[in-house]
Amino acid sequence: MYPLTLSRFTLTSCLGSGLEATRRALADGRSGLTHWRVDDSGFDTFVGRVPALSDMRLPQPWADWECRNNRLAYLALHQDDFADCVARAALRYGARRVGVFIGTTTSGIRETEDAFARRDADGALPACFRYRHAHAGFAVADFVRSVLGLKGPATVISTACSSSAKVFPAAARMIASGTIDAAVVGGVDTLCGTTLFGFRSLELLAQTPCQPFDVDRTGLSLGEAGAFVLLERAAGAAAPDDVLLLGAGESSDAYHMSTPHPEGLGARLAIESALASARLSAQDIDYVNLHGTGTRTNDPAEDKAVTGLLGLRVPCSSTKGVTGHALGAAGAVEAIVSALAVQMRILPGGVTTQRQDPALHCNFLRAPQTGRVRRVLSNSFGFGGTNCALLIGAAAA
Amino acid sequence: MSDPARASMWLRGIGVCGSHLHTWPSVRVILRGEGPLPAQAAPIPLCSRLPAAERRRASKVVNLAMGAGLEAATSAGLDMATLPTVFATSSADGENCHAICTALASKDPSDHLLSPTRFHNSVTNAAAGYWAIAMGAMAPSTTLTTYDGCFAAALLEAQGALATGTQDVLVTVFDAPYPEPLHSKRPIVSSLGVALALSAHAGPGRLARFRLGLTDDAADRMGFTGLEAIRCGSPPGRGLVLLERIARGHHGIVRLDYLDDLRLAIDIEPA
Repeated sequence: MYPLTLSRFTLTSCLGSGLEATRRALADGRSGLTHWRVDDSGFDTFVGRVPALSDMRLPQPWADWECRNNRLAYLALHQDDFADCVARAALRYGARRVGVFIGTTTSGIRETEDAFARRDADGALPACFRYRHAHAGFAVADFVRSVLGLKGPATVISTACSSSAKVFPAAARMIASGTIDAAVVGGVDTLCGTTLFGFRSLELLAQTPCQPFDVDRTGLSLGEAGAFVLLERAAGAAAPDDVLLLGAGESSDAYHMSTPHPEGLGARLAIESALASARLSAQDIDYVNLHGTGTRTNDPAEDKAVTGLLGLRVPCSSTKGVTGHALGAAGAVEAIVSALAVQMRILPGGVTTQRQDPALHCNFLRAPQTGRVRRVLSNSFGFGGTNCALLIGAAAA
Repeated sequence: MSDPARASMWLRGIGVCGSHLHTWPSVRVILRGEGPLPAQAAPIPLCSRLPAAERRRASKVVNLAMGAGLEAATSAGLDMATLPTVFATSSADGENCHAICTALASKDPSDHLLSPTRFHNSVTNAAAGYWAIAMGAMAPSTTLTTYDGCFAAALLEAQGALATGTQDVLVTVFDAPYPEPLHSKRPIVSSLGVALALSAHAGPGRLARFRLGLTDDAADRMGFTGLEAIRCGSPPGRGLVLLERIARGHHGIVRLDYLDDLRLAIDIEPA
């Protein structure tokens, strides 16, 4: 089942459109978070916004799909020659043999929020509101499949903040079962009222840029991002720069709907399962890209899972302070950050963190470091107690 | 069928929970044409397996999914604590979504703060989360959303799991109507959860053997108008053509709606 090659990937986030902007930010240790005063509530927070989305409109053939989430998908697909690479893969394998697996939590629900504010006297939604093309959870995968001209299986995985990590093993299973030969996997999530006010209500939104693993951390910073990867079976002779999906593991906390298991047991199970799927052991891991949201309860649970399994020495950081927490897109964002870490020989820094919480024991990097990175563990956990761990690594260990 | 994805899976148990169709033994009678489809919608029973705190917070769609999944897994004799699960729903908790959008549209900013339960119930995987808590299940679980193709997408995901080392998997597809005004934009006609317990291996008590493929052929329909309305009016209903074949003991290929330009073909054979 593993390894699979990440034969092309691209990321559009608050750091910019395409990989080069992301590479520069990771190397420079720059955060893309910006201040945002939430309309009429007087609440200040920091978010990772993609400013280009506000004035952008989808080209005419896709006009029915107009919504912020699909705009972000379209923008991201057209960076780094990604769409062209997928077109070549579709020619190689046949368009029906390339699947689409996208993670999202809120899809185009922002359109619905706006439409509710414009209900008519009878309470009906505006005629122009299109449920299937905007609101529906599946809309983003349907849209991506259509834009890329693919004809194969497609789904959205919507498991909160693990969504676009779980698209990787789901695609791997479908490739292994013989239904497809390659897959476009990824995550797309955009800022909307549901998540902004939802996390605000839970008092989980920081009023400063989020500070994962910091002693003074007060919560998360939301972000929006579109991240895509073309996954194919690993070819016989891999190029030196090739990055592979080495393994993945999934589990459930079975503990609480919005609080992680305090000992990180579910997270630990997912990491153990990922290592087993890759036939790797704990000492093979060079860097951990933590889920690290910066909330009071999430970080200690993850710290226990990571240090319990991997020990205290392996370098770790959370890049949520760099990109913001892109929720359903976070898993794919961080898989790509992990792939860039391997290619760039860089250990990304948790650059917004000032002072590590003395109660948290992992080897947390606050600034980027250069170094050999061959195998990366990337963690993603979410509401409902869903956990997914990915192992990303170099073709030649 | 055009695809070589022909690994087999075996059906071990069926569960049905809903406002018009409820419990497999009674649905089987209806699908065989031996009993009437209830004209009135019945309330969805609360799932007794949830701890008290979660039972208070669980919504209708969670109870639909739990009811269907519990019946299928129990009849298959599977240990729910170790059973991997696949959930699929097109719209998740529509009543909760309505409440959130209504609150956010209020001109009074104090209405914009959502209750914690309201917010955590908004995730598409809420049913999976409640299921895991109720069953103490730490096994892998995923939640798909594939518009009207949820049933087919969930079976393809199950096939992938069973082809790569998973022994048994519980597939649960559920949806319920939105309140207005969303109902007019996305009409779902019936509250329904349908669950299938599936296994990678033959063995005692198997109800049928499935092999999946993709096809251009049109989807099969239900012969009876009332059942056809539920089939094409709800994503879990898309699976009724499969359940009808099982109920009647018929074998051969049945086609389910999946994507606009693709259907799922299931070759049903005796177990």
